[in-house]
Parts: sequence; C-alpha cells; structure tokens
Amino acid sequence: MTLLEVNNLTVRFYTAEGVVTAVDDLSFTIDRGEKFGIVGESGAGKSVSALSVLRLIENPGRIESGEILLDGENLLEMSDKEIRKVRGNRVSMIFQDAQTALNPVYTVGEQISEPIRHHLDYSESEAKERAIELLDTVGIPDPQTRYSDYPHEFSGGMQQRAVIAMALSCDPDLLIADEPTTALDVMTEAKILNELDRLAEEFDTAVQLITHDLGVIAEVCDHVMVMYAGQPVETASVDDLFYDPKHPYTVGLMASIPRIGAGDTRLQTIPGVMPDLIDVPTGCTFHPRCPYAEDVCTQKEPGLVDPATGTEVGADADRGASCLAYTGDLANDLTFDVTVGDAGQSVGGESDD
Amino acid sequence: MSLRRYIIRRILVSIPVLFGVSVITFGLVHLTPGDIVDLMIGQNPDLQPGEAERLRREFGLDQPVYVQYFDWITNALQGDLGPSFSQGPETSTLLVSRLPETIALGLFGWVFAMVIAIPGGIYAAIRRGRLGDDVSRFVALAGISIPNFWLGLMLIAIFAARFGWFPVLDPQTDLLSREMLWWLILPGIAVGTASSASLMRIMRTTMAEELNKEYVTAARAKGLPERTIILKHVLRNSLISVVTVAAFITAGIVSGSVVIEVVFGWPGLGQLLIDVIHMRDVNVIMAITLFVGVAIVIANLFADIVYALLDPRIRDDY
Repeated sequence: MTLLEVNNLTVRFYTAEGVVTAVDDLSFTIDRGEKFGIVGESGAGKSVSALSVLRLIENPGRIESGEILLDGENLLEMSDKEIRKVRGNRVSMIFQDAQTALNPVYTVGEQISEPIRHHLDYSESEAKERAIELLDTVGIPDPQTRYSDYPHEFSGGMQQRAVIAMALSCDPDLLIADEPTTALDVMTEAKILNELDRLAEEFDTAVQLITHDLGVIAEVCDHVMVMYAGQPVETASVDDLFYDPKHPYTVGLMASIPRIGAGDTRLQTIPGVMPDLIDVPTGCTFHPRCPYAEDVCTQKEPGLVDPATGTEVGADADRGASCLAYTGDLANDLTFDVTVGDAGQSVGGESDD
Repeated sequence: MSLRRYIIRRILVSIPVLFGVSVITFGLVHLTPGDIVDLMIGQNPDLQPGEAERLRREFGLDQPVYVQYFDWITNALQGDLGPSFSQGPETSTLLVSRLPETIALGLFGWVFAMVIAIPGGIYAAIRRGRLGDDVSRFVALAGISIPNFWLGLMLIAIFAARFGWFPVLDPQTDLLSREMLWWLILPGIAVGTASSASLMRIMRTTMAEELNKEYVTAARAKGLPERTIILKHVLRNSLISVVTVAAFITAGIVSGSVVIEVVFGWPGLGQLLIDVIHMRDVNVIMAITLFVGVAIVIANLFADIVYALLDPRIRDDY
C-alpha cells in the first residue's frame, strides 16, 4: 500500500550566483513499511528531496511544483498548522549529525518528551515515562538517569540513538533518515544501522534512508533510487541494483566502493565532478562523465524507462533506468560487467570480511 | 554543584584587578599637576606660604606618592576611606548619601537597555533581510551614534520643557517614592540608549546565527510551533552570548551616567565625581573609582552565574 507518493517535485534555490535546480521533476513512491533508499553524491538532491517532504526547505529555496501525497493528502497544500501536525508525528526525521541536531541547552529527555507532549497531548509525567521507555528501546543503558543528561554528556553513538528515539516518539508512519550514520565511526555505524532496521520493524515504520554510501543501502533497504544532479537515474530493488545495475552512473558508484581483498591497488572513481546545477549539461546530465556517451547523449534527455522494454515507467516502477541505451538511441551497447564476490553478500558495507 | 566554589574563586581573582585599578587611579590623580592646596590658595589668596606647607602636612600630601598610597590603602582596607578635603564630611558618608541615586539610575538605564534590546533583537533576527531588520539596524545605529548628553538635552527640551510631561529639576523627595520612578525615566533613557542599541545588534546577530543551526531545523521537523522554537530553543542559546555582553555594558552605563547626572542635575556619584576631580580630592576620587570597579566586577560575576545557568556545558567546567 502506498504511503508516500512524490510526483514531479521540483525544488529550486535562488542564490546570488543563479538559480539552482536541486531537485528536478522527481517522482518516487514509498509503500507502508518499506525501506526506501536514496543514494547519490553530495549535491545530487537527496537531502533536498527529504526536507521537501516535511516542507523544511528554507530560503532561498522554494518548492516550485509537484505534489507530495501522504496517504493521499497533498502535504504541499496543507496550512502551516496542518503540516506541523504531520512533522514529528506522522513523518519524522533523523539528521546527519546528532550533535548539532540536539539543542545543547536542554536535556536529552526534555527534547524527546517535547513532541510527545505536543502531538500526543501527554502530561509532563506521562511524556517522561514514554521518553524513558524510548531511550531504553533504542538501547541507552540506565535510561532513568540518562533522561536528565545534556547532549554533551552523551557519546556520538548515544546522541544518534537519542535522536532516533526522538524521531520514533510519536510512532510515525515514515521515518526520514538523512545520512544518519555519516558522522559516526564504522563500528557505531553498523550498530546504529542494525538498530534502525530493528526499530523500523518494531514500530512498523517506513524508512526513507538517504546516504551516499551503497554499503548502508545494502544493509537496510528494500528498494533504491539512485540520484544524479537532482534527477533519478536508476530505481531498483536492492538485489537488482547490486547484481544487475543498469545505469553507467550506478556502475561507477559501485566500482568506487573499496573492497578488501580485491586485487586493484587503485581506487576506481568516476572521472569528473557533478555538474554545476546552475548550468546543467544538455541532454543526459551524466554525459560529460559517462564512458559510453555518444553525440546523441548531449542532445536528448533520457527519461526513466524500463531497461528491458525501453518504455517509459512511472514513479512506482520496480525497475527503471534513465539511459538512452535502453531506448535504442545509442549506437553501441553498454559493455560493463558486474562481478559479485561472495554470493548473497553485496558489495561494500561493514558486514564484509 | 560547586557553583559556590566558582563564585569564591571569581571574587578572589577580582581582588588583584581592583588593586590594579586603585594603583593606576592613585597614580593618575597624582600625575595631574596641582593639588587641593594649590586650589585652596587660588581661591583664598590670603593664605600664607607657611600655611600651605602646614595644610599639605596635615593632608599627608608632603609624603612621597608611594607612602601616600600605602597609607591610603592601609586605611581603606580597614574600612576608612579618609576625609574629603573639599566636601566636608567623611568620604564614606558622602558615598553612602549619593550611592542610592546612582544605583537607581544605573539599574533603570540597564533595565531599559535590556527591555528594548532583547525583543528588538529577536524581532530583527526573525525579520532578517527584510524591512523590519533594516529599520532596526537604522534605529540601532542612531542609538549608538547619538551622544548621550545631547540625547539627554533633547529629552529635556522636548518631554520636560515643551510638553511638561516630566519634571526638570533634581528630585527633592525621598528615593524610594513613586515620584522617583517618574524622575528616572528621562535620565534612564539617556543612560541606557547607547547600550541598548549595541546590545540589540548583538542579540540580532547571535539569534540570526542560532536560527541557522541544525537544531532549529530539527525542532521544526518535530512539528513544534515557530513561537516555541524561537522563545524556548533559540532564545536561550542566543542569550548566552548576550549575557556576557550585558555585563560589559555595565561599564558603559556607569561612565555614561556621570555625564547624564550632570545634564539632569541628578545628585548621584557621577556629579560628585566631576566636583571632586576639579578639587583633586583624592580620597573621594579613589572611593568612587573603586566603587565603579566593584560594580563592574559584580556585574561580570553575575553574568558568569547566569551564563552557567543558561548553558549546561559551562557548568561542567567549574
């Protein structure tokens, strides 16, 4: 069942240097309880797409067009009061750096109780009780005393657990996690991801996980959307994406995951940098960096198509890639091979030995 | 909580500061050419040279400066601030009689500064980049630029002389009367305006900076109303730096009130200070200067305590 449906979302930032189209005609859907990953480089529009869902885009950014339907209700048409009832309640968010997402001058407990009192109309003591339970659920030892601690008295991993507790406090339908483990060390990252996975099941919450790390996607997600320059370039189930990537950019991303035991002495990278979003390349935005690019790529903009049939697919497609190779516009075939090491183990991630 | 230990430590640290202030002030008064006896001779040409010597000896002015200082500080530490050469009564009596007026004026000016600066700064921060912010910037710039004595004169000219809303002459009633508040308004505004203006800019800048922090976005993502976010989350963080500056402006308010007391004929320490500086009345000068020093030390101490109350991270450093 569809929980979130984003249709043709366009977000622009009106900066002094020019107009940046951070998210360009983006569509995707998330089902109830689904773990949906969005992956891409910095500046691909991942965070902007996440913040848009809660309408937290700030000046000079503006949501230009599109609709964001939560259970069929358009969040973009809601009044400020109505959207505030959604935030932290039906849709909540985990931020990249828990240390900066927590207010340094209030106790962790207070910050967790706050939305509980606000959205669920709990009394002071009921909210405290629930907050302590939540701290316990996210694995903070001695939650009774820890409730009254200030953020700076928590370690990085515990801060992120507290932020997760805060996000889960009102039992949301959708949890948006924007690079939730980027600020953490690898060991803590693995623990937090496991926790997130477990809690999403326990609270029966859909997760929109945003990351630049394919390993994190492999760990948690069911379905993935790869973004490049504000647009989706590939959408697939996690298995399909890792075993059978269809877009040259996805392949490049995967090749750039360092693997222990691989014979290469050099880290594979995708040449070039993401285009300036003020002045995006014509045609396929990836063509300046694409090893398979042909003349047609500079002129014709590829849509998201089913790679098997070449027919255009919508936001809720199970499989889609936006490359002209699948619409028969390219003279040559894409020639990459995908080699997968251990069966069942996807590339990257900390579960690899 | 070892807040008490912290306070005691701060008080101990301020002792050398006050000592330094006393040495410098004492030295400066003595560097100034002429002393009280010269002034007495000037006013009273009948005094014989021998008489002058006798007076100097009586006042202890014939001793080297360091001996004079040593005598002064020994007595001061025993609570004896010495006689006033020019004013008649003992220095301490003089101080006590003028102190309440000055404290009342200073406090009023300070409260006025806060009451204008904090809401004004919040408003400007919320409206940053828009008309309200520009207006507030203009008002603040004007407030900082206008000399306080001129502002005082204008306030008198307009609100006292022209409209007659406020009394002009110095108060003859008891200090703690309701009329006192009425008299305080104009000089209080004159004293507080410049501090208020600079404080308002600092409040605005700090708050604008805080508003860009991620905890604000996180608070919005929790669905809290903007009012709660500003007045609960952002305000407390912004006040941390404002409190530090609020202590600094105490110095500005004290020095500002010297001028304002003269303009308004306010019978406080400031006016007394002007009189005794003319008379090189060293004991009274020392006493007033040290009082100002103590006031600033207390203000900073108070700021540190409030600072710790606002910010739990500071508390741990005690």
